[in-house]
Amino acid sequence: MKKYPFTEKKDTRSGFGAGLLEAGRRNPNVVALCADLTGSLKMGDFQKEFPDRFFQTGIAEANMMGLAAGLTIGGKIPFTGTFANFSTGRVYDQIRQSVAYSGKNVKICASHAGVTLGEDGATHQILEDMGMMRMLPHMTVINPCDYNQTKAATLAIADYHGPVYLRFGRPVVPIFTPADQVFEVGKAVLFNEGADVSIFCTGHLVWEAIQAGEMLAEQGIEAEIINLHTIKPLDEAAILTSVMKTRCAVTAEEHQIYGGLGDAVASLLARNLPLPVEMVGVRDRFGESGTPEALMVKYGLKAQNVVEAAKSAIRRKGR
Amino acid sequence: MSDIASLKVMAAQVRRDIVRMVHAVQSGHPGGSLGCTEYFVALYGAVMKHNPRFQPDAVGEDLCFLSNGHISPVWYSVLARSGYFPVPELATFRKINSRLQGHPATEEGLPGIRIASGSLGQGLSVAIGAALAKKLNGDDRLVYVLMGDGEQQEGQIWEAAMYAAHNRVDNLIATIDLNGQQIDGPVDKILSLASLADKYRAFGWTVIETANGNDLAQVLAAFAQCQQLARQGRPVLNLLRTEMGYGVDFMMHSHKWHGVAPNDAELERALAQLPTTPLGDY
Repeated sequence: MKKYPFTEKKDTRSGFGAGLLEAGRRNPNVVALCADLTGSLKMGDFQKEFPDRFFQTGIAEANMMGLAAGLTIGGKIPFTGTFANFSTGRVYDQIRQSVAYSGKNVKICASHAGVTLGEDGATHQILEDMGMMRMLPHMTVINPCDYNQTKAATLAIADYHGPVYLRFGRPVVPIFTPADQVFEVGKAVLFNEGADVSIFCTGHLVWEAIQAGEMLAEQGIEAEIINLHTIKPLDEAAILTSVMKTRCAVTAEEHQIYGGLGDAVASLLARNLPLPVEMVGVRDRFGESGTPEALMVKYGLKAQNVVEAAKSAIRRKGR
Repeated sequence: MSDIASLKVMAAQVRRDIVRMVHAVQSGHPGGSLGCTEYFVALYGAVMKHNPRFQPDAVGEDLCFLSNGHISPVWYSVLARSGYFPVPELATFRKINSRLQGHPATEEGLPGIRIASGSLGQGLSVAIGAALAKKLNGDDRLVYVLMGDGEQQEGQIWEAAMYAAHNRVDNLIATIDLNGQQIDGPVDKILSLASLADKYRAFGWTVIETANGNDLAQVLAAFAQCQQLARQGRPVLNLLRTEMGYGVDFMMHSHKWHGVAPNDAELERALAQLPTTPLGDY
């Protein structure tokens, strides 16, 4: 198992903030909107450097989505910022009509996704957002895994024409991807080669999958670990090539098992290569208050859960 | 600037187009379309600087957004007759494989349409966004948006109204089609809006009222007044009182023709009240 040492932990939302600032410096058409969560979204540096290109909308997310859609008429590249819950469920129809169906070049940037939001509880811990966004025609859905990948993704989507949903989180997590990476939308990243099971992971679960890979290696199991930072469009070739070799798959995400990465991979495999799939994710329930770590354990999102899923998938292919 | 006589001819032809389009597919929204005919004819025929060789970003041009997208027939007719797309294409309205969707859309690439609308309450926000882009680009042209009165029941409208005033979006001229009707009945019975003038003024807008939005001279004068009031630190609203179904007697004074198509006999009765014009039917 390839080693992924880390020396520093940071939140992915700070990667977004750094990426947004850099994107703003590179392209004068990049503008940003925020619905009263500038600090939480780490958009303060952009606001400070480009006050004329920053729009504080107040607590009015529906209007923010409409403003963003309108700003594209005139060539602007708007990045909206609020929590994932208010970036999707609250404004689904605005995104559907004014952004996705209208093919607008809006980047919907969503922080505090999933249970790792922590103590605020289920009202704010959205676990359905990727499903909602993935269902929309024209929408690209990205869920990066650490600070560096989030920063790279933010820069990449500024140059990528079309509506994008970029999902990231609140807690500090290890930085284990390179600072100088080039982020390719829709392209899987291979973290470890292995022949026994394919583990497809996204967001905060990538680090857990890497830990799981080490635990499995100690037990003589070689896991192929593939990071699908882009849920849509899905890198179908990478998934099929891997599962062709390993003959079974595990998906891991901080999201409902319905609608997200698990559904996307399982659907692809069911249509093309029907082999055992196990899913690590939240099972049709809402979150609750607690520390991010305690919630990850309680909701079955830890490395140990990925290990168990991998073993189960391997057992099933032998039947 | 077109003279008022030619605008009247255009309005008469647009009304014929509306009832024929809606009749041909036995669906669509004739009432509000007929009521807003003067608004669109004036806007495209005399008020806006615009180019039918459509460029989506509208640099150096005025912009028009229709928030209450269900009155698409009037917009389509005016766009076609302003040169945005061939007039015979009006015959494809609401049919399969048409660029003229039931509600305006960009997906099929119909020239003149810059955003989808139909799900109500979203157009004011979009118009404000486009107005902000114009300011950022140093483009001094104006953004026009039309909304329905029933549509004012949507909460997003008030988010947008607050935003535009707070941020002094003064290159924006909004109009509300004050016809007093919505699908289920009179607006005052469904969910009263009380005084929209008072509400918008309280939000920080400059508001004017047009007593007869089906009188071209009044509509033109109102636009001229709005243009003078623009760029003075406040968004501008024109409360345009219209008659739903205007021009066809049996479609007026009721909400019944909001979203109902005339049958063959009713079409005949309607066309008898809408004389042919030198522009000719599609």
